Amino acid sequence: MRKCNMRTASAALLAATCIAPLQAQERYTIGRAATDAEIAAWNIDIGGNDGSNLPPGSGTVARGATIFAEQCASCHGDKGHGGIGDRLVGGQGTLASPKPIKTVGSYWPYAPTLFDYIRRAMPMNAPQSLNDTDVYAVSAYVLHLNGLLAAAATLDAKSLAAIKMPNRAAFVGDPRPDVK
Amino acid sequence: MSELSDHPISASRRRFLESAIAGGIAATSLAGDALAEIGKGTENLPPKIPEWMKTPGDPVGSQLYGTPSQFEKHVVRNVPKNAAQMISASSRAPLQDLDGIITPNGVFYERHHGGIPNIDPEQHRLILHGLVEKPLIFTMEDIRQFPSQSRIYFLECSGNPTYTKPYGKTASDLVGLVSCAEWTGVSLKLVLQEAGLKPEAKWIVAEGADAAAMTRSIPIEKCLDDAMLVYSQNGERLRPQQGYPLRVFLPGFEGNMSVKWLRRLKVTAEPAYSREETSKYTDLMADGSSREFTFYMEAKSIITRPSGEQRLSAPGFHEITGIAWSGHGKISRVDISVDEGKSWQEAQLQDPVLTRALTRFRFPWRWDGKPVVIQSRATDETGYVQPTLAQLIAVRGENSFYHNNAIWPWRIAANGEVTNAQV
Ligand code: HEC
Repeated sequence: MRKCNMRTASAALLAATCIAPLQAQERYTIGRAATDAEIAAWNIDIGGNDGSNLPPGSGTVARGATIFAEQCASCHGDKGHGGIGDRLVGGQGTLASPKPIKTVGSYWPYAPTLFDYIRRAMPMNAPQSLNDTDVYAVSAYVLHLNGLLAAAATLDAKSLAAIKMPNRAAFVGDPRPDVK
Repeated sequence: MSELSDHPISASRRRFLESAIAGGIAATSLAGDALAEIGKGTENLPPKIPEWMKTPGDPVGSQLYGTPSQFEKHVVRNVPKNAAQMISASSRAPLQDLDGIITPNGVFYERHHGGIPNIDPEQHRLILHGLVEKPLIFTMEDIRQFPSQSRIYFLECSGNPTYTKPYGKTASDLVGLVSCAEWTGVSLKLVLQEAGLKPEAKWIVAEGADAAAMTRSIPIEKCLDDAMLVYSQNGERLRPQQGYPLRVFLPGFEGNMSVKWLRRLKVTAEPAYSREETSKYTDLMADGSSREFTFYMEAKSIITRPSGEQRLSAPGFHEITGIAWSGHGKISRVDISVDEGKSWQEAQLQDPVLTRALTRFRFPWRWDGKPVVIQSRATDETGYVQPTLAQLIAVRGENSFYHNNAIWPWRIAANGEVTNAQV
């Protein structure tokens, strides 16, 4: 993708893909400055590939097992084998078969995405109800069920970002139009 | 604003309204009796004088928000029968019962990932932050203060339909996850200019205020091109199902990226690699690799009449009509085959033919009463031609789930019954 430097780009480039630098008076001055506190509370997205913006804290696989049993198993099955909610475990080696099983372990390219998604969307009946410690813990447990984390492990920002997901190299860009 | 809407309704005015509504109900139950006769009744046919001419109809204002005729009750969203849960699920537009290119708001297709939130617009905010000069927060009033624009665009779910059997029976079953509306809002570019993009800005992560906090990353080129922040659809405020009070709209891109109930835009150097753009909306190929960031919806068409589960009454003249669309621009032609794809003839495109909107096509045809397979094939302004399902599967396999834009042929039997010819 082309770099869009508003200060140095040539006029032609600006016309093509960039916003022309605006003089102050050209702005509509609509909206007000967002405060740091307003931003911080809503700024929940985690860099899936590098774990950027992961919060402080940590959680253990053991604690995660308890949370999972209490708050996740009803939809995802006792050991994450699926139910109303997606299967979360297993499926490695099935992606090129006629019956691929896509799970966190078999399919997901990046581990920090797990923290991001659980914190924002799970448990489905009460999203954003888990604190960061519990999100680390239950993420740790799901990774453990997939053989990606030891039973005695504690997960934090650094260790989560360091996990190499097995399917990471399998993602490619969009080659379409692919039928000519 | 009229006085009526600003002030409490006076007692006499209320009495008038109540009697008018009561009158309306009486008239409705009369029509209800007539309804009981539908299909078998003949007492309203010539030479008799129809019932509904012998008594005044419902009074003006008997429906403060109008709904379709009670005889059109079957034209509703097509909801999955055996879904495990309906919080992250979809319903389809009844394409075979619709005309023209605009989808009525009440039957516009739905796809939600955490249900439909009920958002008070007074308490809704949009935060724009990240790689900007000045992070901003907007009320809905602020957003509507920007210069506005209206554009007609289609919106389509990326999984419309899948590649595997069982194939759907009706046009709605097959490709009912597409709809088209006139969208009103502000060019996203104008809003971004208010905050000022930093040079490293390459992506914008959009986040919804729903229970899934739906998150997708949008390339900056799209944000500075035709992307919009939308608050109205077909002239009225967005329906809750479509993101009330505010959504992103990305013309031609897969529907889930047009994040609904928008609360946050974060300008970044890299995509978020959210669950929805890694685990979910990626396309698994036969060799086990997966395509990511497959944004565009490629050219597609379907015949909506005659189509699956309809029946041609008799041999003779029948118009073949349907819709075509392309995420890459305008539809340049639609061809029709009435001989199992052996030969093709050009259909008429109904004006207006708009960029990234549904285009209505029509083809006058005489059915000779013999079994036949009919199908449509779209070509867009880039020269791209809609492929067959076999061509797509040959390249992608059957597991890729998303972005199936295949031709769907219909079989018409000697008795006029129309069924899906893809078996
Ligand atoms: C009420 C049922 C329900 C509960 C309880 C629930 N989930 Fe889910 N979960 C779902 C559904 C349904 C989906 C699929 C959502 C979608 O596709 O939009 C899902 C998806 C997921 C996914 C993404 C799977 C994938 O491969 O993309 C993860 C991870 C997950 N849940 C983890 C959890 C965890 C951890 C908990 C407990 C804290 C939990 N869920 C509790 C229903 C539930």
